[in-house]
Amino acid sequence: MTGDDVRAAIIRAHREQWARVVAALARRFGDLDVAEEAAAEAFATAVERWPADGVPPNPGGWLTTTATRRAIDRLRRESRRDDKHREARLVYDDDPPVAPGVIDDERLRLIFTCCHPALAPEARVALTLRMVGGLTVPEIARAFLVQEAAMGRRITRAKSKIRTAGIPYRVPSAADLPARVSGVLAVLFLVFNEGYLATGPGADPVRHDLTAEAIRLTRLVRALLPDDGEVAGLLALMLLTEARRAARVSASGELVTLDQQDRGAWDAALIAEGHRLVRERLATGVPPGRYQILAAINAVHTSARDVRDTDWSQIVALYDQLVRVDRSPVVALNRAVAVAELDGPEVALAAVDRLAGALSGYHAFHATRADLLRRLGRSDLSRAAYDRAVELAGNAAEIAHLTRRRDQLG
Amino acid sequence: MQYLFSVVNDSADLATADEMAAIDAFNDRLQAEGHWVFAGGLGGPDSATVVDNRGTDALVTDGPFVETKEFVVGFWIVEAADLDVALALAADGSRACNRKVEVRPFR
Repeated sequence: MTGDDVRAAIIRAHREQWARVVAALARRFGDLDVAEEAAAEAFATAVERWPADGVPPNPGGWLTTTATRRAIDRLRRESRRDDKHREARLVYDDDPPVAPGVIDDERLRLIFTCCHPALAPEARVALTLRMVGGLTVPEIARAFLVQEAAMGRRITRAKSKIRTAGIPYRVPSAADLPARVSGVLAVLFLVFNEGYLATGPGADPVRHDLTAEAIRLTRLVRALLPDDGEVAGLLALMLLTEARRAARVSASGELVTLDQQDRGAWDAALIAEGHRLVRERLATGVPPGRYQILAAINAVHTSARDVRDTDWSQIVALYDQLVRVDRSPVVALNRAVAVAELDGPEVALAAVDRLAGALSGYHAFHATRADLLRRLGRSDLSRAAYDRAVELAGNAAEIAHLTRRRDQLG
Repeated sequence: MQYLFSVVNDSADLATADEMAAIDAFNDRLQAEGHWVFAGGLGGPDSATVVDNRGTDALVTDGPFVETKEFVVGFWIVEAADLDVALALAADGSRACNRKVEVRPFR
């Protein structure tokens, strides 16, 4: 086996086994800190030993055994030093989950603990990427443009709250499961969106590392909760969005809107997988939730080989459905964009203007208005709206796109 | 584990008769299910006195230790297996007394 083969094996083991090792150790030792540190040490040992000793036949087993030994060593050292440490343990129970179709996988406990609603949202994201995703603290800090020390403190505080407040290490009861799953999906969607619309002057417009990680974690959650429609919906939504990544930013770093994209550059395999998931959900006949409807909207867009073939009446019908489950003004704004294609910009503008109170601080509100005003030939008003949109936008590619559109006004 | 449920409000008004009946029913349930440790209602911040005896003489001052728009008007101490159990109880407690509840673990 060459050095490259061993390196590839270690990377694969990290991707496939990290969450398993952390979860198994958290369960056995009742402490996320111990689990995380021992898992990291086991992988460091693999980097040292596998090139010389060869990759073990069962890498996951080897890593768990090695991490367990490290954890026992650490706890022995600490029990001599500090008996109190052993009192603070994760609360977990051995009852199998009561919800039908729920697999009692250790990783699922880990995910639900990291995404617990008693933790601050940004802490949930950071903890999930560290504990489940296996990203290092510097990697997570970079992803969210936060100082490494600050990100380290955020994760440490979250772990400490899990211990001291008694956040349990288990899959929630059947009654709590839907709400808690939606909390997990919100975290994954946040990670994806930060990758998809990265903010900050120094950030790349699209952070593929984050979108890829979000998709990988959502695939994991789907493997663990295969019957949950919203999990499938979120995965489909991410795949159909990710499929357009290459066409979404031009060579000069400018955002390319959906109607202008080179559809030949879309990823056909991701689209096929996304469409398959959407069809599967439709076939169940179960009323869809928010993510499934968003996925269906994206499925309609990605079914059109040419933007002129887009089935706008279907898209508006799906937005009508979405408005019923999600009354947020952002949904109403997106619906108006589709209405403009079906009923014209005049009708859409009236709908958009009704949202001014709720969305006046949101760049997409002004960008949408600017575009509708431009299509209506009202250049002065359009220019002012573009100005406001540019002022509020955080994504470099989007700012470039809005600026060019404004400067092209007659 | 034991948790302190602090009942938080922006006025020290007493509970209404309906609220009181709901609180009684909630308390009965806490006792029946083995969660009950202790509970009580508190006088408002204007009835508070602060004593500081860290120096040579005990210093007595009128008023709460810090003026806030919202303050603790009552509390429960409950026994719960973990935070999920505590949060579910706190949700019912908040509904019963019609006020916000802060949940904190005892060390």
